[in-house]
Amino acid sequence: MNVQAWTFVLVALSFALYIGVAILTRAGSTRDFYVAGGGVSPLANGMATAADWMSAASFISMAGLIAFRGYDGSVYLMGWTGGYVLLALLLAPYLRKFGAYTVPDFVGDRYYSQLARIVAVVCAVFISFTYVAGQMRGVGIVFSRFLEVPVHVGVMIGMGIVFFYAVLGGMKGITYTQVAQYCVLIFAYLVPAIFLSMLIAGTAIPQLGFGGVDQASGTYLLDRLNGLHEELGFAAYTSGSKSTIDVFFITAALMVGTAGLPHVIIRFYTVPRVRDARASVGWALLFIALLYTTAPAVAAFARTNLIETVAGRPYEDVPAWFTTWESTGLIEFEDHDGDGAIRFVGPAAVDDAGAPVRNELTIDPDIMVLANPEIARLPAWVVGLVAAGGLAAALSTAAGLLLVVSSAVSHDLLKRAFRPDISERGELIAARVSAGAAVILAGYLGIDPPGFVAEVVAFAFGLAAASFFPAILLGIFTRRMNREGAVAGMVAGITFTAAYIVYFKFVNPAANTAEHWWLGISPEGIGALGMLVNFAVAISVAAFTPAPPPEIGDMVDSIRVPAGAGPAHEISA
Amino acid sequence: MPTAHGNHDARAAYWRRNLRYVGALLLVWFAVSFGAGILFVEPLNRIRIPGTGFPLGFWFAQQGAIYGFVILIFVYVRLMNRLDQEFRDGLPGPTPGAGAGAPANGEPRDGPPDAGGPR
Repeated sequence: MNVQAWTFVLVALSFALYIGVAILTRAGSTRDFYVAGGGVSPLANGMATAADWMSAASFISMAGLIAFRGYDGSVYLMGWTGGYVLLALLLAPYLRKFGAYTVPDFVGDRYYSQLARIVAVVCAVFISFTYVAGQMRGVGIVFSRFLEVPVHVGVMIGMGIVFFYAVLGGMKGITYTQVAQYCVLIFAYLVPAIFLSMLIAGTAIPQLGFGGVDQASGTYLLDRLNGLHEELGFAAYTSGSKSTIDVFFITAALMVGTAGLPHVIIRFYTVPRVRDARASVGWALLFIALLYTTAPAVAAFARTNLIETVAGRPYEDVPAWFTTWESTGLIEFEDHDGDGAIRFVGPAAVDDAGAPVRNELTIDPDIMVLANPEIARLPAWVVGLVAAGGLAAALSTAAGLLLVVSSAVSHDLLKRAFRPDISERGELIAARVSAGAAVILAGYLGIDPPGFVAEVVAFAFGLAAASFFPAILLGIFTRRMNREGAVAGMVAGITFTAAYIVYFKFVNPAANTAEHWWLGISPEGIGALGMLVNFAVAISVAAFTPAPPPEIGDMVDSIRVPAGAGPAHEISA
Repeated sequence: MPTAHGNHDARAAYWRRNLRYVGALLLVWFAVSFGAGILFVEPLNRIRIPGTGFPLGFWFAQQGAIYGFVILIFVYVRLMNRLDQEFRDGLPGPTPGAGAGAPANGEPRDGPPDAGGPR
């Protein structure tokens, strides 16, 4: 069987599995729909959280980004895992004890204010939509490359699947489908990584092969890679080129943003008890770490393989994968010096006479994970498996995000803000209708993305860091924080962050260089500073405005002790 | 709101211990990532992990910090479970992860999930 046949079979089998699981776990009540009935075991919730969290960006793009940036790529590794420590220690157990359905629920009740609730709903919907459009795009790319259907058909198939299990099963259907999707995606990620590790470093464990000896040259892989980089005029792989302050702030923004993302936080409402919420974060991070410690190894293998396969080779002799990806426009070769050989060099490259050499090869980092099995000439079924894994990652994340959007509309806006007398049945119908509408809108954004979507996805973290995280943290750890402080803080944090990003990305993109950045912090890292602004504004405003009513103090006291956490329920506000 | 921690002093003591644990663990969290992986990465890169090709700082940034995070969370889970045990009074002591986890109070549940996760 060839690659395409294998891909068809494996993708079809995985989809059949998700649909089967969804039918077995349909939602019967709003509690099922929003929090899966509140009875998910911590281990299963950990797996579901891992699949929910690891998106097309983690599965498809991350290793490629690290391969192209070396040490600078560490911001994603530390940033997207370190947030779970904050989640476990500072947020998850208390939010579980509070026992609401959504993040705006907590913000609205803790700050006794419809305004705070609506600010939170707007932030949640905005963050989730920017994110979900990127997932649908990922689905489209996988379909178009491996199954040779047009991108919009691929997106529509993806929409159909998500529509089916998100609308039918709500959180319950999504949770158990995500457990299946985690298994598919981690298997699909590890198999090629193990193959590559055996091929390149002679050990089956990629995390060890990463620091092991390159079989071809007999030196340590990382030394070999640094040597190749020096030869070709790239910055050393293990050192990178970003400034320390920028790496620090980007990592902080990603960490805090992770802890503040609504689709991750709501997963911890689905377990039975507070202690389960804590354990569940641990399991989630363990399952995530399995992929995240493999990714940098895959990056180093891919980088070495790529350089050795194409750099300096005659264009006529390029392997088949090179030509296939060239036809998608994701690899571009321009023979500037007309010698027919591929010059793949970095900015510092010079020839024997000391004159600069122009790079002739442009590769989109997104293709590295997908092309890797072909570059290493692995069997056809491995290539098909990677395609199925990429789809699992994109679909599971898309479903989790769509649930946030639908619960924000049906629960936070309709039930809590505008129509408190709506019946259970009515709310469930509203939840399904809004989930359906959200799928369609997300699909549209995936087929026809406005130019800014890809840019904005990366900033969703900064916005989450600057808005939700301080409001939730202060709501748990201080009794004194009041409605005025929290709202002022959220508005100040998100406005500051969004303004900085919009200025450098859209108003004056020419100035988007290190010397113009404030304190040398890039727009990617500004969310961390936005978070500090939020804290500062919230604390000062709260100091000059009236303390919250006494029942809020009792609520904070009760959040802090784990005993008596019932199933997630309505707080009578 | 029903609570297991009847008197105010016990609650305050519980909360102080929790804050101490959180503070100590966050110091380690900062040290393995922002410390070893970012602020001190250059000096640490001059040290190589024996028997491997890893410069130490680079290893922390791309591997070590992540292992550290996982360990930190499980340490916190253990510490807090012990602390909960110490302060628990008058509650049936559920064994870790027993069944689908009956809620500790008397609120009615809408029924257990029909499909149990792997356990």
